[in-house]
Amino acid sequence: MATISVEGKEIEVDEEGYLVNLADWFPAVATEMAKIDEVDLGDDHWDIINFLREYYEEYQIAPAVRVLTKAVAKKLGKEKGNSKYLYELFPYGPGKQACKFAGLPKPTGCV
Amino acid sequence: MSDDIKKFMFVNTKAPYGTVYALESLEVVLISAAFDQDVSLVFCDDGVFQITRNQNTEASGMKNFSPAYKALGDYDINKLYVEKESLEERGLTLDNLMDLTYEDEDDDWAEKPSIKLVTRAELADLMDGQDVIISS
Repeated sequence: MATISVEGKEIEVDEEGYLVNLADWFPAVATEMAKIDEVDLGDDHWDIINFLREYYEEYQIAPAVRVLTKAVAKKLGKEKGNSKYLYELFPYGPGKQACKFAGLPKPTGCV
Repeated sequence: MSDDIKKFMFVNTKAPYGTVYALESLEVVLISAAFDQDVSLVFCDDGVFQITRNQNTEASGMKNFSPAYKALGDYDINKLYVEKESLEERGLTLDNLMDLTYEDEDDDWAEKPSIKLVTRAELADLMDGQDVIISS
């Protein structure tokens, strides 16, 4: 099993880099995962990461990118709830990459 | 793509925990939503327990995935048929089921109920009109 090292802790991840135990997440985990993907996390990234964590808390699933886009538009406004904006923040796909940083499983319904 | 829309009906007949059928079916449903098909769900027999309120799985050690049914509306899945006889046979009413809703794009995003109570006979007619029926 692969691990990443965050603040001295070894955290288990699967072969695609998603957390094995969702409870292992804390903010520095996202920062470390982003560093591995060469993404520099700013406030705009955190808005989406926090949004995803709240969504998962409420629905117990990681939303498909289409659903995420719509939900972000509703909560944070249309200028953020569009796929161009989200892909600029998360070049490997807002569903897959943002969910990974947020410590969620791979989105259900992402193909 | 719009020429290829088929009517898919997922028929849920089993209690939510104890087997993986309910969870697996829900995952297939959520994936199918990505393909812009006409998707409906049926809850009959013990399947009606899948969408009951206040599920608590603590003692079973299984994850309570029932909140995920509330996301179906976000996935544009808003035809959830509950068989009336199945509810009655189990001493349940609509009040025992979760409030599952969707926002109607064509009606200024008004929140509307997704659950529709149908009789066994009505369900048979609905099934007649489907292209694909997947039962679990």
